[in-house]
Amino acid sequence: MANTDLAETDLEFVTFSAGGQSFSIDIGQVREIRRWSPVTPLPHAPDEVLGVMNLRGSVIPIYDLAARFGLDRTPESSRNVVVIAMHGSQTVGLLVEAVSEILSVGRERIQETPDVRSDTARQTITGVITVDEGMTRVIDLAAVVQPRGKVAA
Amino acid sequence: MTVKVLAIDDSRTIRSLVQKVMEDAGFDCICAEDGVDGIARFAEVAPDVVITDINMPNMDGYGVISSIRGGEVNQSVPILVLTTESADHLKARARAAGATGWIVKPFDDETIVSVVRRVTGARG
Amino acid sequence: MAPQSSIRDTFFEECEDLLEALAEGLAAMAGGARDTDTVNAVFRAVHSVKGGAGAFALTDLVAFAHRFETVLDAIRSGTLDLTPEVMHTMQRSADHLADLVEAARNEDVLAPDVSESFLANLDVCLGAEPEPFDMGDTPFDFAVIPLDFGNDPAPGAPAGHVIRFRPRQQLFANGHDPCLLIAAVHALGPCEVALDLSALPDWDGPDALTPGLGWTLRLETQESATVLQEIFEFVDGLCELDIVPLEDALVPATLPPAMAAPPPPPAPGPEVGSPAAYGAAKQDLAPGGESAEARGPKPTLRVDLDRVDRLINSVGELIINQAMIAQRLQDMALASDDDVSLHVEDYRLLARDIQEAVMAIRAQPVKPLFQRMSRILREAAEATGKSARLVTFGENTEVDKTVIERLADPLMHMIRNAVDHGLEGPEARRAAGKDGTGTIRLGAAHRSGSVIITIRDDGAGLNRPRILDIARRKGLVAPDADLADAEIDGLLFLPGFSTAASVSNLSGRGVGLDVVRNAVTALGGRISIASVPGQGTEFTISLPLTLAVMDGMVVSVAGQTMVVPITSILETIRPAPGDLHRVGTDDSLLSIRGRFIPTVDVARSLGFTDPSARADFPLLLLVEGENQSQCALVVDAVHDQRQVVIKGLDSNYGQVPGVSAATVLGDGQIALILDPDAIAAHRASPAATAVPRPSLFHPDVHHGQH
Repeated sequence: MANTDLAETDLEFVTFSAGGQSFSIDIGQVREIRRWSPVTPLPHAPDEVLGVMNLRGSVIPIYDLAARFGLDRTPESSRNVVVIAMHGSQTVGLLVEAVSEILSVGRERIQETPDVRSDTARQTITGVITVDEGMTRVIDLAAVVQPRGKVAA
Repeated sequence: MTVKVLAIDDSRTIRSLVQKVMEDAGFDCICAEDGVDGIARFAEVAPDVVITDINMPNMDGYGVISSIRGGEVNQSVPILVLTTESADHLKARARAAGATGWIVKPFDDETIVSVVRRVTGARG
Repeated sequence: MAPQSSIRDTFFEECEDLLEALAEGLAAMAGGARDTDTVNAVFRAVHSVKGGAGAFALTDLVAFAHRFETVLDAIRSGTLDLTPEVMHTMQRSADHLADLVEAARNEDVLAPDVSESFLANLDVCLGAEPEPFDMGDTPFDFAVIPLDFGNDPAPGAPAGHVIRFRPRQQLFANGHDPCLLIAAVHALGPCEVALDLSALPDWDGPDALTPGLGWTLRLETQESATVLQEIFEFVDGLCELDIVPLEDALVPATLPPAMAAPPPPPAPGPEVGSPAAYGAAKQDLAPGGESAEARGPKPTLRVDLDRVDRLINSVGELIINQAMIAQRLQDMALASDDDVSLHVEDYRLLARDIQEAVMAIRAQPVKPLFQRMSRILREAAEATGKSARLVTFGENTEVDKTVIERLADPLMHMIRNAVDHGLEGPEARRAAGKDGTGTIRLGAAHRSGSVIITIRDDGAGLNRPRILDIARRKGLVAPDADLADAEIDGLLFLPGFSTAASVSNLSGRGVGLDVVRNAVTALGGRISIASVPGQGTEFTISLPLTLAVMDGMVVSVAGQTMVVPITSILETIRPAPGDLHRVGTDDSLLSIRGRFIPTVDVARSLGFTDPSARADFPLLLLVEGENQSQCALVVDAVHDQRQVVIKGLDSNYGQVPGVSAATVLGDGQIALILDPDAIAAHRASPAATAVPRPSLFHPDVHHGQH
């Protein structure tokens, strides 16, 4: 992955804010960060699926990360950005309020997700990392996009 | 002078294998996919050695040998026959038809290279 | 010796071709062909599989191919009669060979007992004498068989050999060079070489071309005689050769008189050196000169599919780019004969040309797909105890590779279905005055931009009363629904129409025709069914030629731009007041030319219910769904008709109900491509999926929608 240059125990994460909370994702999964542009809505889509966007000829679904975690939908703002991420051969976009930083941490600094009540959080967060201003939640991209991505016909 | 090998076989797999082994050994290798193609390439490339399969469509390996031996140019080029059968009567038939030698499939890299060296005098 | 994996890939690719050629040849033989070319091609296919498999140490495959080849050789040489039983074994063996290839490709091993039984069947053909398999004796080391030159040196033999060597004429003719042989001997150790000129011919005599040179080599070496024998292996019979241990030799400087005698003529084969003789030999040895004239396939190029797809993608982008420029020009309101407009029109035509050419790269004949079906048919016939033959036509019809791949499963299911449910048993057939062997015709054809695949059996036809009965009992149709034959036939495609009453171990895999239909629909195609009692049933699958582009009508729905496939649109209708009749609270019917057609509000069906976006004067698209049922889609506006590049939603997202794919418009925005069949089906509640016959429909008749 993208961490090969680093010491074995170091991992790199892209952190961003969504719904007022800090989330992060393995940098190896991030392909690019783009400005928000209007999407084409999909019929019968779950709330967090905003629609699809054209990324150089590919059709990419855009997820509102805040909505995915049961928070309010991200309010429209020209400052919003889309994190284009890859999970296997699947490319998706995550709408977030802002990208904060690139975090390089030792593996041991990732703590298991504390026992929380929310199913969504338990299933979609693989761990938490303590940072200066609090903590950031490491998201499991597969879990974020998979279970509800396939809408039963 | 690089040794030029003409490999004639209707099997893509065998052609690729022979080509790879020949090229790894530092020889040039030109391929043809049946007897008729092989004779056409033979005239074009003037190879130092011919490796041919026997059982091929259009013209079989015996046909290739007779065409070359009966031709006007380069008619005493070494011709090696690739055969899956190690039966002696097939070798005898290939030899009677004018083959210089034979290589029994499946072959290993070193053997085929050493046989080619043997009949061409190429160093290695 | 592990050959590169790319060559391994080549081998498996080639196996596909070989297995195809094998199936084709066997089918021809089953059809009565006995000509040498056909039988040779079949033999060669198996032979080449064996040859390649040997290189990769695929022992199971080599062993089976070898036995198979032996039987084919017996057929070729006429020692084995091609009885129907033998023919059957050949075809089943070809199937098994394909399985072995597949297993090898997946690095699997098939259960040994399976192979054993196939091997046993082959042995039965050979008269129950298992053929000893000798490849095992000479596994992957070089299989030079040392010639028998006499005894190996006894232990303790002195270090060296004396070699007496006198080439005959054919040694030179066969491309050997005595110098190379001598050099090879020399390489083994210190060597004295003596040239013997005693047998030089009389230069003026008739034997002037007879070689007269001989050599005696005195070699000191630790190498055994076997090594020397290998050096001279290829010239056995082409020279006089005598190898004796150094200590036994009398070390004569000249050859013994016996060896100086004129050589006997070389053993069989044409006389060497005479062009006339070679000409004759050529005719003997190169059979089928005519077929060589009319030879074969055009040269082809194998290309990695990823590269083609990358090209296709780029061409798609090019088309979109062209559309964007055209749109911008239109916005600029240039004169239509403006140079730029004309050039852009050329650009459009060129882009289309490129696109068609690129798409043609992906096109492949359906032949291999059809050939696989004959195996499915054989297995199905065997499993049901029926007798059936497959007749195919239009095998050279070309279809997009992906379509072919994704059609395999549905087709397989339909062939099984045709044997299992379509055909009667032999007795019933004969009782009905038919041939005891049923015929299933599988065909392909191009028709106006589509590919039509038909599967027709000559069985008993659909049992409509029973189908209707099942559908009623399952609640798939209203108990009092009055359905036309075509509508009853269409019930077979409903999800949940399980043919449980007639499930056999063959088709009863929980796969219904609805799965077949879904697969076809996913390819942008449609399937219909027609049946005549007593004469059989025909399924027709209509598919787009390519999956990459299609002609679409650009429409607006709930403020969104969307695309409807042109192929499903019969006409566009702007309804006059009074053409639309409300039924209940939500449904309306369109009255057109004296008929009433159900309408579907596309926006509502997709769940876009923003009322502000609704047009005051909607337009209707009259579409024809499967089995000729019509309905009218309500949209807000119709823009233009254009070719769009199809972009799948599946890979990054998943399936979306009512939407088949997406495309990119000239402005870079994504538009969804609608699936009219799914939208029409969505309209109907399950109990009313059997659409009332539009043609007979009257507004005063309760139409079964609750």
